[in-house]
Amino acid sequence: MPTMIFPGNYESLEKIAEFVTAEARASGLNRTQVFAVETAVDEACSNIIEHAYGGEGIGDIHCTTISEPERFTIVLEDHGRGFDPATVPDPDLSAPLRDRKSHGLGFYMMCQWMDEVRFDFHENRNRLTMVKLKA
Amino acid sequence: MEIENTQFKHCDLIKVTGRVDSSTAPRLAEAINNILDAGRFKIVLDLTKLEFISSAGLRVLISTQKTCKRYNRGEVVIAGMPEYIKSVFDLAGFTPLFRLFDDSISAVGYF
Repeated sequence: MPTMIFPGNYESLEKIAEFVTAEARASGLNRTQVFAVETAVDEACSNIIEHAYGGEGIGDIHCTTISEPERFTIVLEDHGRGFDPATVPDPDLSAPLRDRKSHGLGFYMMCQWMDEVRFDFHENRNRLTMVKLKA
Repeated sequence: MEIENTQFKHCDLIKVTGRVDSSTAPRLAEAINNILDAGRFKIVLDLTKLEFISSAGLRVLISTQKTCKRYNRGEVVIAGMPEYIKSVFDLAGFTPLFRLFDDSISAVGYF
């Protein structure tokens, strides 16, 4: 159950991806599953920096991976503002070009790529748990 | 991420290599905006060597396509889409919004 702590900067995204994809591969996920995990983690960490912390250089991101026989779990923790997923509308993926919105895709992609996405908030700490099943 | 820009008579070719995420997407936007600011709106994006794209990168692409197609003055087309990137486009509902070509030669020829 390795944990790494990264500065909440966009430059950390590539290092976070390297850590998580290495752990995902070691856990036995196939290439498609590793790519799904990489995408979901990148979107989640971008959201933490942009929305929870409100910018770069404000706080850290704690990243833990858990490898189990049937699942690979990533836990991301931050000390920024809480997040209510119910406030994020689904993007309209069939809208014509002129009506496409610029935001909302990241959270949608996290939920689509992962089998479970769970948010917990307590004691000024946000915890995001994402699970990818191996089967 | 690396960006290589080649200007042809009828269009611009931009080859993107590596990762486009929240850290690098602004540089991609800047490279594209330089072309748009020069009044050129026909763009081929060669994604053959693109390894990763997040929603931050997708936002740059959709914004560019909107700008290019305005007044029917141009278009962004995609050349050489890797399988994983195609799955991101499909998931995001982007595939119908961009004409896809197997390689940059045929994409440049389209213009």
